[in-house]
Amino acid sequence: MAERAERPPVARVSGEVSTTARAPQAPAVVTTPLPPQAWFQRNEQLLIGFVTVVAFVVVWQLVANARIWSKLFLPGPSDIVAAFGELVAEGELAQDLAVSGQEFVIGYTLAALIGIVLGLVLGWYRRARYALDPFITFFYATPRIVLLPLIIIWVGIGIESKIWIVFLGAFFAVLINTMAGVRSLDPSLLTLARSFGASQLEVFRTIALPGSVPFILTGLRLATGHALIGIVVGEIVGAPHGIGRMMWIAGQTFQSSRMFVGLFFLAITGVILTYALQKLERHFDAWRPQR
Amino acid sequence: MKLQARDVVIHHRRQRLGDMLLAVDGATLDIAEGEFVAIVGPSGCGKTTFLNAVDGLLPLTSGSLSLDGRLIDRPGHDRALVFQQPSLLPWRTVLGNVLYGLEILGTPRAEARQRAQRFVDLVGLSGFEESYPLELSGGMQQRCNLARALAVDPEVLLLDEPFAALDAQTRETMQHELLRIWNETRKTAIFITHDIVEAVYLADRVIVFTARPGRVKEVLRVDIPRPRDLRVKWEPHFVEIQSRIWESIREEAARDPLAAIA
Repeated sequence: MAERAERPPVARVSGEVSTTARAPQAPAVVTTPLPPQAWFQRNEQLLIGFVTVVAFVVVWQLVANARIWSKLFLPGPSDIVAAFGELVAEGELAQDLAVSGQEFVIGYTLAALIGIVLGLVLGWYRRARYALDPFITFFYATPRIVLLPLIIIWVGIGIESKIWIVFLGAFFAVLINTMAGVRSLDPSLLTLARSFGASQLEVFRTIALPGSVPFILTGLRLATGHALIGIVVGEIVGAPHGIGRMMWIAGQTFQSSRMFVGLFFLAITGVILTYALQKLERHFDAWRPQR
Repeated sequence: MKLQARDVVIHHRRQRLGDMLLAVDGATLDIAEGEFVAIVGPSGCGKTTFLNAVDGLLPLTSGSLSLDGRLIDRPGHDRALVFQQPSLLPWRTVLGNVLYGLEILGTPRAEARQRAQRFVDLVGLSGFEESYPLELSGGMQQRCNLARALAVDPEVLLLDEPFAALDAQTRETMQHELLRIWNETRKTAIFITHDIVEAVYLADRVIVFTARPGRVKEVLRVDIPRPRDLRVKWEPHFVEIQSRIWESIREEAARDPLAAIA
């Protein structure tokens, strides 16, 4: 740690509290502010990641330029950018994105909300869990994708069928993790709350909820992956619009560059969400010693 | 009498084994207002079970426990338990943890903060208000645990081997600190321990429990004047009381091969 080596000139002495009750022999707490970190130290993680990604893209472009393999087999980054331009010019990309985006946002949000609430309730109330456990186990053990033909029969090939499949994919990841979070609470903390005379609701609010936040966030993170799979597979099986459909058609017509465009949109969505959830996790995990 | 225990019988529910273990069998005990009582006994003798019942966490099979003449049947704000494990909420800071009981009590925010700060200072954690428990040493965590119990201003302070997990030096410091803090508040206190020296150093009376099922075997008055310096532990009279308790516990431990000495 280079930043610890140099000692700043001023030491601040605090803790001179004016109360007779103060521990007489406790020494005052001496704190010395750490020197401010340089910009590249604070953003080290981002910076290193950025460099490796740029290096990868450059190498990819060079390999593609060598044309060892055809453009159909391995399009380079420049081909993908060109395909993106074509897609924009054709005018359908915006609609595809809007449809897929809608499917994702509605399906995922519903899954998150219902999954967290139901997970908390089922984790907390034993009998409610006994009642619903058979259904949860049944659906969790089934690959939900196979329900797609049924869902299409029930709600058609429009946006609704994709919302359902996204929901079913994401919901169980959130539900099961939230339940696990509530059930793995430290029993000594529950005893503590009881000892202070906390009501059921207070125990729930002060112990169960904050205690399961890390599990909930893990569930949400896993759910993004399931939701994106739902979109693509749902649209491949049948959809008038959407990124998954666009990619499927591109694949059927040997337009590899276009498939990569779709792939990047899906991946970027996943990356942004993962990153946002990580930020949130760090916010709630401030108490965990930094590794 | 502040606290009265009459023929207290407690069974411990063992769900997995499908039985009820007789943990405390007829404990009778009186504790006066402002008195510091230590309970010692062979391990597994039901000391902690008894203390949890006083806190209202466990139901009695028979007998009665009463505080100021009122029967104890549930946890209440007139008692506060200092746990063997610090049991701090890891996501709350030191100040937030000390505030916990006051929040449950419904103390107005500003007043609660002031009170919490006072007890943080009292236990010597000034300057660590914004630290999280995992950033503290074991001794500091126990100070926080103690401050949290004191902050709700209980009438009886229940301490369940609070220093058992600390290293020998920290334990001595904490014993001394506890006496200093107790001296300022003069709360009625019940202190469970398996450390005889600790019991004699802290208490006005030491109560020896029998091997399981626990019962009051013997009560010894510690007539060593306060304030007590840590050096008192080396004085002949202190050692004499200590060895009497030791013999008493050893008899019990010999009766129960499962319970090790002290």
